[in-house]
Amino acid sequence: MTALTDKTLLEIKSDLAAKRVSSTEVTKAILGQIEDMKHLNAYVTVCADQALASAAEADARIAAGEDAPLLGVPVAVKDNICTDGIRTTCASRFLENYIPPYDAFVVKKLKEAGAVIVGKTNMDEFAMGSASDFSAFGAVKNAVDPTRVAGGSSGGSASAVASRQCYAALGSDTGGSIRQPAAFNGVVGLKPTYSAVSRYGLIAFASSLDQIGPITRTVADCKYVYDIIKGHDKMDSTSYDGDLNQGETFGTLKGRKIGVAKEFFPSALSSEIKSAVEKAIGFYEANGAEIVETSIQSFDMALACYYILSSAEASSNLSRYDGIKYGKRASGCKNLRDIYYKSRTEFFGPEVKRRIMLGNFVLSSGYYDAFYLRASKARTLIKQDFEDALAKCDALICPIAPTTAWKIGRKVNNPADAYLEDIFTVPVNIAGLPGLSLKCGEDKDGLPIGMQLIGRPYCENTLLSLGEIFEKGGRA
Amino acid sequence: MSEYIVTIGLEVHCELKTESKLFCSCPNKFGGEPNSHTCPICSGHPGTMPVINKKAVEYAIKAGCAIGSRINKFSKWDRKNYFYPDLPKAWQTSQYDLPLCVGGEISFEVNGEEKTVHMNRIHLEEDAGKLVHSGGHTAVDYNRCGVPLIECVTEPEIHSADEAVAFLEEMISIFRYSGISDCKMQEGSIRADVNLSIAKRGEPLGTRTETKNLNSLRSVRRAIEAEIARQTDVLESGGRVVQETRHFDDASGTGYGMRSKEDAQDYRYFPEPDLMPVVMTDEDIERIKATLPELKAARRKRYTETLGLSAYDAEQLTDEPSVADLFDGTVALGANPKKAANYVMSEIMRKGKTEGEDGITVGVTAKQLAEILALVDKGEINLVASKDVLDKIWQSGMSASEAVDALGLRQNNDVGEIEKLVRDIISANPGPAQDFRNGNEKVLSFFVGQLMKATRGKINPKIAGELVRKLLTCS
Repeated sequence: MTALTDKTLLEIKSDLAAKRVSSTEVTKAILGQIEDMKHLNAYVTVCADQALASAAEADARIAAGEDAPLLGVPVAVKDNICTDGIRTTCASRFLENYIPPYDAFVVKKLKEAGAVIVGKTNMDEFAMGSASDFSAFGAVKNAVDPTRVAGGSSGGSASAVASRQCYAALGSDTGGSIRQPAAFNGVVGLKPTYSAVSRYGLIAFASSLDQIGPITRTVADCKYVYDIIKGHDKMDSTSYDGDLNQGETFGTLKGRKIGVAKEFFPSALSSEIKSAVEKAIGFYEANGAEIVETSIQSFDMALACYYILSSAEASSNLSRYDGIKYGKRASGCKNLRDIYYKSRTEFFGPEVKRRIMLGNFVLSSGYYDAFYLRASKARTLIKQDFEDALAKCDALICPIAPTTAWKIGRKVNNPADAYLEDIFTVPVNIAGLPGLSLKCGEDKDGLPIGMQLIGRPYCENTLLSLGEIFEKGGRA
Repeated sequence: MSEYIVTIGLEVHCELKTESKLFCSCPNKFGGEPNSHTCPICSGHPGTMPVINKKAVEYAIKAGCAIGSRINKFSKWDRKNYFYPDLPKAWQTSQYDLPLCVGGEISFEVNGEEKTVHMNRIHLEEDAGKLVHSGGHTAVDYNRCGVPLIECVTEPEIHSADEAVAFLEEMISIFRYSGISDCKMQEGSIRADVNLSIAKRGEPLGTRTETKNLNSLRSVRRAIEAEIARQTDVLESGGRVVQETRHFDDASGTGYGMRSKEDAQDYRYFPEPDLMPVVMTDEDIERIKATLPELKAARRKRYTETLGLSAYDAEQLTDEPSVADLFDGTVALGANPKKAANYVMSEIMRKGKTEGEDGITVGVTAKQLAEILALVDKGEINLVASKDVLDKIWQSGMSASEAVDALGLRQNNDVGEIEKLVRDIISANPGPAQDFRNGNEKVLSFFVGQLMKATRGKINPKIAGELVRKLLTCS
């Protein structure tokens, strides 16, 4: 018999609905697993008491014959998504005592669906990083190999899902922060189309790029959670009010076209990753899909464009942490300047400071045109190139990252090297498109290799169908 | 001194009187316990997002339509970034390069001459909170955070304090008539920044200074006069005016520099990613324009030219939009314009004025007032009694006729009854009666006065007067 914690979300959901197991039992099993997996440091905050209370409530509802999509199912939420009454730290010293007075839209959706929130997952501070090692609460460890990084910034969510510490977790993705950690831990991650999921209550890093999405063990679970959290929200006026199901759901590859851009396989790419993704392409072709050669000429602009735009927005978004209102204030401040200067010096970590400085620089008068404005123009080009490429196929396929999970501590002092990690993921955020990350192989050390399927706006279903077909037959 | 030409441009910030704030549903209300009109959005909590108040956009466009601006069909939001404790997000959501309204003009009279000042732009933005200093501590009140403001920028076409004040008076009148703002100076709902430079005739413009946050017409006048004098002194003594931001201290009547151009803040403007641009169609703009009422200048003109009122009366009646609306409504219901004007200017404006407050409270509807005037006209009540009627119906839904009955004030026009009363009064006052017969005409009004007193003003004074004369003459 499969252990409770080893079940997928859909399996546990059906067990709960059929009363084969109670939410209290399931929640206790998950809390036990969290305790056993403590060394992975996936959680910043575990809310055992609240979780058991929601589980008891769910059990009462199930006993009363009620049903809801996630009734009684333990899930985790990244610690940059606001939870009413539960501290939300962004893995920053600045917010280590911040308790939001409201729920994020997605948290409301989870609660409405009856989910049991077991805790808040660890991450890179303010979601800035690709290893979840820039956390004020210590680095997250990879669920496959704890000597390695979990990827980032949603490393806690990915590691928690992979190590059975929850059935699904929410992450956020600004430049790859759902997809890359999902790949590093061998689980599934979806970055939805920009605006498909409300950002209300997501503590902003780069508002024009941030998206919330699910991390799960299977593609079917991923679709299930995505369908619960997506949708228009009047509190986020940038959220999409139209048809979110513009893709297709299908079970066969006949007539499907998958695009491969030559820029997706740079010469520096490790041969193991290259061959794993090529094998996946081979699977699709062998099973009836047509492989289309295409090109994203602006591909190499994306990384610079991303670091300019995201840092610019971050410098503004993070200005509110000033020691005046919520969050922490440095001690021994003699005047207003002291409060700002000392608090921001003391409570922001090194990566956050780097991005704030970069962002302020590219927005400052005299440099705006050369950096921010040019990056905005590059964004238009990149969008256009993806649109053109996707006009000829259902989805594009490429690696998630140029490497597999590296040893903890290796890149901490080499930010530029770490930024290169993001070359395959950031263009998707810049273009505002959906991207699905799933495992397509392992390297010689047994570390998961991830591939990415990129689709047209609001065509998540197409990606999920392609992902599910691969999951069923491609990995063998 | 007079050889210098003064050049002034104004930036006027005006709070819009929407029900709620610009980006959240908190009430847009002056005062209140500190931080009582706040929510996670306007106090800048992490993760919150703005949602635009469509009414505020409409009001800003209405302001533009009222002064003939071109309305941008595509307008967007930008972040103006700076640190200050009264600004919880550390940026002000404003409009940088694509404001809602561009251009426009305001014409006004100054010292008997017509003058026109062109506008550069009107944009919509949010107000900041307030710092409260006491006992060596500073606290912050976010109640005002997120209140919608329009910033109205003139071209540098103003040349004196008189012109600046006359311009502001006209702008305030236009905005109040448009119904977009109360423009209450003492509540800080309108504030002006003055950009001022001086130069000798024929020479290029001098270096300008900006005096910020003037919150009364008197401060604007005094600050301009003080700054002209200061810049003149600097130039006359061979110095150079430094470009700087200045503050004017109302108590001492002097200005002082706050920061020079070198220390100027770099606001690092960039497009607000949390809001969609504002897209307007021609139909949208026409629909908003159609809600504009007739403004002060047009009404003044109509009152003198069509209704035949004096220029003075027209000015009095149009000072307050609510008063002008009452007057127009009353005339529309058939009242005689001159009689209505006199009644409004005497009774309504006296009664509606509250000590120490701007403006006039209009406590009757046009329908109520028109009925009072009609009752007076028909002789049902007299003017003296009409004041009691006005008191009775003020700020109530009662009709004038109901009030007349409730007060028992309906005028007695019955000649037979009045004659009986007159006979009684005459026989009770033989002395004065004899005086009249001896040729003292003034005694007539004594008798009428006595009659009014005895009947609490209810008899028709005209009929009573005629009867007194008749009975005294023939008896």
